[in-house]
Amino acid sequence: MLRYILRRLLWLIPTLFVVTFLAFCALRIGTDPLASFLKQNPRASLANIKQYKSVNGLNGTIPEQYFHWLRHFVTGNWGRSIKGSTPVWPDLKHAMANTAVLGLFSSGLGIFFGLSIGIIAALRQYSKFDSVSSTGAFVALSIPPYISAIVLQLIFAVYFTRWFNLDHPFLPTSGIYPPGHHGFDLILRIKYMILPGVVVAIQTLAVYSRYMRASLLEVKNSEYMRTARAKGISERRVIFRHALRNALIPVTTFAALDIGAIIGGLVITENIFGYPGMGVFFLKAFNNGDYPQLMPWLVIVAIALILFNLVADVVYAFLDPRIRLA
Amino acid sequence: MTETISPAGDVQLPDDAFDADQAEGLVTSVSPSRMAVRRFRRHKLAVVSLMVFLAIAMIVILAPITTRYGQIERLPAIGNKVGNSPPSWKAWFGTDDLNRDLYSRIIWGGRVSLLIGIAVAVVSSIVGTAVGAIAGLRGGFLDDALMRTTDLFLAFPTLVLLLVLRSMFSSLKWLKWLFGDLNSIRFIVVLLSILTWMGTARIVRGVVLSLKEREFVEASRALGASNSRIIVRHLIPNSIGPIIVSLTLAVVGAIVAESTLAFFGFGIDPVYATSWGGLLSDAKGAVIVGRWWLVVFPCAVFVLTILCVNFIGDGLRDAFDPKQDRSH
Amino acid sequence: MPEEPVLSLADFRVSFPTDDGDVLAVRGVDLDVGPGELVGIVGESGSGKSVTFLGVMGLLPKSAKITGSAKVMGQQLVGAKKEVIRSVRGENIAMIFQDPLSALNPVLRIGPQIVEMIQSHRSMSKSAASEHAIELLDLVGIPQPKTRARQYPHEFSGGMRQRVMIAMAIANDPKVLIADEPTTALDVTVQAQILEVIQRIQRELQAAVVFITHDLGVIARVADRVQVMYAGRAVERADIDHLFVKPTHPYTRGLLDSLPALGGERLKPIAGAPPNMLNPPSGCAFRARCTHAAPQCAHGEMALVAFNGSETACVRIQELVTEGAL
Repeated sequence: MLRYILRRLLWLIPTLFVVTFLAFCALRIGTDPLASFLKQNPRASLANIKQYKSVNGLNGTIPEQYFHWLRHFVTGNWGRSIKGSTPVWPDLKHAMANTAVLGLFSSGLGIFFGLSIGIIAALRQYSKFDSVSSTGAFVALSIPPYISAIVLQLIFAVYFTRWFNLDHPFLPTSGIYPPGHHGFDLILRIKYMILPGVVVAIQTLAVYSRYMRASLLEVKNSEYMRTARAKGISERRVIFRHALRNALIPVTTFAALDIGAIIGGLVITENIFGYPGMGVFFLKAFNNGDYPQLMPWLVIVAIALILFNLVADVVYAFLDPRIRLA
Repeated sequence: MTETISPAGDVQLPDDAFDADQAEGLVTSVSPSRMAVRRFRRHKLAVVSLMVFLAIAMIVILAPITTRYGQIERLPAIGNKVGNSPPSWKAWFGTDDLNRDLYSRIIWGGRVSLLIGIAVAVVSSIVGTAVGAIAGLRGGFLDDALMRTTDLFLAFPTLVLLLVLRSMFSSLKWLKWLFGDLNSIRFIVVLLSILTWMGTARIVRGVVLSLKEREFVEASRALGASNSRIIVRHLIPNSIGPIIVSLTLAVVGAIVAESTLAFFGFGIDPVYATSWGGLLSDAKGAVIVGRWWLVVFPCAVFVLTILCVNFIGDGLRDAFDPKQDRSH
Repeated sequence: MPEEPVLSLADFRVSFPTDDGDVLAVRGVDLDVGPGELVGIVGESGSGKSVTFLGVMGLLPKSAKITGSAKVMGQQLVGAKKEVIRSVRGENIAMIFQDPLSALNPVLRIGPQIVEMIQSHRSMSKSAASEHAIELLDLVGIPQPKTRARQYPHEFSGGMRQRVMIAMAIANDPKVLIADEPTTALDVTVQAQILEVIQRIQRELQAAVVFITHDLGVIARVADRVQVMYAGRAVERADIDHLFVKPTHPYTRGLLDSLPALGGERLKPIAGAPPNMLNPPSGCAFRARCTHAAPQCAHGEMALVAFNGSETACVRIQELVTEGAL
């Protein structure tokens, strides 16, 4: 088991190198930091330009530039954004925290209810509950998140206020705090997270309920379920110890991967609701061609994905003894 | 179709094995494709969706007949307004701020969106099937590398990938022969295909891997069949099911991806054409000022089409894999 | 039978509703098994041999329709409450299945799976039950039972796994053990070992064994009595020697003839195929393939009737024996 983990960890380093290098190349080709710099500083002198280029490692061949960036990245020197010249790390940190809160909170809800619905649907196969929840999940997954986001915005920003003659929106549809607000306020924070959270939670719920249902159904029809029943053990035990224990294995593995994807996965929702997380950070940086902000963003998301990929593998091996020999 | 490939021929029975009054006891045999059709028809939602989708497709194909105005044609004044009229007899779904008929624009937009969806699906299916099959058959390092790369790509947020790749490819002048101009339909189709083929490749690889293990492949080999014969006569017929299903998924994926790009301002340049995504993007600010029709109708048609294609895909999945549980 | 039968079936019927109609899988089976007897049930796939006993144990899908009588140790199981059936399973009557790899829960260790069987029917502490489990493993001939109990199913070979299944089944001293094709999935040499284990267990526990198989060779080695099934009904029932030397049904004759002979003659399969159980033929279901079929074979219930020390369902048996046709 330990050997398995070690082997996967060994693969981690080269993978990270390759991924960051590819991202580096893609960004360097796609965005031109110099052009963005000039756009923000149209009256920069030649000396400024030269200095900017050397500080940011824009001289030399692509591999040289890559290692220049790598050295800086690893030592924590992430530079400043092109627009506004603000340090990259604090803003990125904030964005990460916001996204983490929203993502984990709404995913958590979605997973909990999704699993529950999936379990009940599988145990009561062909019942009304099953057909309704399955079709519901299917429909929910067919509606692209940005559409449900707009629709919710529509309802809550425009129509609720109109219908109920409120003087401010019932549920906030944009941002994280009302403009001009300072400090930390839990209630407000939650209020502003509700709408984007619901959009994410619905998607998560739909995915997990289908997944859990499918997994449990497959287990339900396994031969060892028949043996378990033949042993005359209680139905509760049959379900928990045999059915669920086995059915949750692929679901848990999936969840590990899914959680790793949260950090970069709310781009669309955040942008529509103006929620200042990683998604908003990315789009703003991209539209500005703000290369110093984009690169760390990509790398962090990639690291999260690769890391949680490893976690998923380890969890899987832990839960399913058949894998451990591999 | 995955379970129903028959062995090399039926066992020869002696002539007196059957006579007339045995008919009551015999099992009737049905060909695999007929069984697949039967199973599809049992999935009522899929059948309904198929009909709705065909209706939409018909309307869209016959655009010159079914539309009332051109794609960018501006209407004369309705009432005393020029632009932004709610639904009326003159403009069934209302008009936008340049007083263009929304109903017609939705149909013209459908042409673009569906074209993109189908083009991407076809291209990515061909490429994905080829790569996935080779990876599955050869195995080894090639297969490993493919899985790892696609793993990562598929896990990355889609919009991010789309945007980064879009800017990258548009900067590579030497690729212009393939991509065409930025924000043209061709560009979008190539870009989306590059992202979509990976999903198909994975599915096909999975199918090929599982088929490789099946006894009938071994049996064929034992009978002296060459690799290409095995591929053509056994692997392809058995993979058609999953390939078709992934094709429907690709159509939906492409339509949604294109509309997402358009929504954030990176879609098709209106100079070329307007897609459903473009309509939705135009309608971004419409809600606040109460022009609900600019959002509701495009959204409804968009979601309806996606739902239909998804249900059809679900029905096809049931049709081709009898072991698969009926999820309705 | 001087003593009360431990297992008693009377007009036992099972049918499954399908989209095309009811499949009549078992069409009136009678059987009395005495204590300590080993009864062989022989038949092709589709003869209903497994379905019958799965039905007795209540292990068929909920949609199955079961009528008739099935008594275990005098307890009626048809139509009995779920609790009753559950308590009888694993306690008075136990079952071992054909493929031990899929019949055991792959993610649980062997020991706990046996302990679970014990603790569901008697109140024992976990340590006492674990001790008992290790004894059982020893009883079925598994070397180093203490270490083995902590292993997972996939760490055992096929034969060992089947021994584990047997150990699990006999944990609570059941008076009836149903063995559903226990050796079919095993190598011939291992088959012999498992048969030996089953016979030994039967002797030591004084348990009755119902041995279901399609393999006449295996039956010849272990059974006291044999019941031959075809198309959901019993067609012959006889002591083991009578069956092989003086079969009283054309189907049995056909089965015996189709056994490969060491003399190297051509194989003589029974022509035709089993009937469609959606619409079984009237009268004798075998008449379509029987070389001795006559008009009277098409009518009647075809119940087992005593003949020369055996029981047979063939209405023409007297004539056939006179002609020397069997």
